[in-house]
Amino acid sequence: MPRLPKLPAPPLPPPLREPPPRPGQANGKGGPIEEAMEAGITVVDWIDERTSLSGAGRWLLFRKVPKGTNWFYTLGSATMFAFLSQAVTGVFLAMYYRPDASGGAYESIRYVTNEVFLGQFVRGMHKWGSSVMVILVFLHMGRTFFFGAYKYPRELNWVIGVVLLILTMVMSFTGYLLPFDQRAYWATVVGVNINGTGPLLGPYLSDFLRGGSEFGATTLSRFYAIHMLLLPGAIAALIGAHLYLVAKLGTTAPPWQKPVPRSEELHEAEV
Amino acid sequence: MNQQQKEQYLREYSVLKAQGKPFFPYAVAKDSIMACIVMAVIIAMSLVLGAELGSKANPTTTTYVPRPEWYFFFLFEVLRVIKPPSLVPLATIGVPTIGMILLFLLPFYDRKPERRPERRPIATITGIAVIAAMAYLTYQGANAGSPTAIETPTPTAVVQAGGATRGEFEAGKQVVAQSGCLACHKIGENGNAGPGPNLSHIASRLPRQGIARTLVNPTAPMPSFKNLPPKKFQSIVNFLSQLK
Repeated sequence: MPRLPKLPAPPLPPPLREPPPRPGQANGKGGPIEEAMEAGITVVDWIDERTSLSGAGRWLLFRKVPKGTNWFYTLGSATMFAFLSQAVTGVFLAMYYRPDASGGAYESIRYVTNEVFLGQFVRGMHKWGSSVMVILVFLHMGRTFFFGAYKYPRELNWVIGVVLLILTMVMSFTGYLLPFDQRAYWATVVGVNINGTGPLLGPYLSDFLRGGSEFGATTLSRFYAIHMLLLPGAIAALIGAHLYLVAKLGTTAPPWQKPVPRSEELHEAEV
Repeated sequence: MNQQQKEQYLREYSVLKAQGKPFFPYAVAKDSIMACIVMAVIIAMSLVLGAELGSKANPTTTTYVPRPEWYFFFLFEVLRVIKPPSLVPLATIGVPTIGMILLFLLPFYDRKPERRPERRPIATITGIAVIAAMAYLTYQGANAGSPTAIETPTPTAVVQAGGATRGEFEAGKQVVAQSGCLACHKIGENGNAGPGPNLSHIASRLPRQGIARTLVNPTAPMPSFKNLPPKKFQSIVNFLSQLK
């Protein structure tokens, strides 16, 4: 059983100190804190006995991060955090949103913006959070590129990262239509038409996005489903795979970092 | 990288890793501080910049100039700069698709073991050039006027007439650009080739009255322009009837 570190005893005069436990007393009932600790350990043990998750947790948390890791290495987790923020604010927006092209969509967003308590704040967080997430994705990618971190053995993780970048862009494209104001509508009409000029798959892709040959009510519900159900699931799953590979292969060291030779390492340890 | 270089990398990495610190709590602490900064930035942007809601979407308006979200400006600008019709598919699909494929396959064609940016001059310079190009295009896209602006030479007859005629012509050009005509019509090198007919020489095929009648009572799917303010309507007619 793991032991918690002992706090140093306060410097009290001897008569005020708690007497040390007498022999035979230690196995008796502890105080409420010990009991609560014991209960927590029991619960964790119960779960671990059935899932064996503690090994995975230890593997994830207590793996070593190479020497020289600096602030550039926080960009990936910052991106994931921006995604989580988008997910949480998105859930709150979805509580009010109606994907109704005949006026309900615009009306529901107007209601969130003007009437709901903190509605404009949460919508603003979602709107600007998307910009922050796109910037962080690009910064994270820039770091990976310039540090050569996509090289052996992390090629697959780079590919997953590029897919995540594309999904993030598609996410922002589909989300842009949902408020259904003039700006959203016309930008999306143009975007879908640009898709349509592509070779081979282009016309089929834009027909799929529109839900037919005309831009209409089905387009909005289609964008809504893609934005709310399809993409968040795909992004979350790929983030999981991305993180698994990071934990398995280890984060890279900065490219100029060279291991300290054995002799110097020993010397360092002495100093 | 050949087998020997791979093994050497793994060996050096395992030593570096062994000399490092545990992820928890060292890296977790940095990540948490960064998460707090991200949260603070998002909250500050939400409070300062707010979330505006424009007027309700109206599929029948013809005067709205579409703008994408700012991080698509660079794509938008590529589209705006490349006007010849044979090159448009290249701009819309070619450039982004090739860029994406190159990005995807990066670890498969760049297989050298060197990782230091200053010793990989081609990769580093390419990366900086791409970032600079995207930044420049984004800046241009942000400052561009109407993305549907018409750039076509003024006919010599109009230049010779000068004065009011020329002013009318320029005003009409503006209104046509803002009215979304280019979505379906082509004027010179501007706009899309279909579904509407090419308007570059419309005045040689239709008289002035004919143009006005078509604008009021067009063939579907073109919308009617009869609800436009009379002054703007006249500008459009003046402009189009000069395109011989």
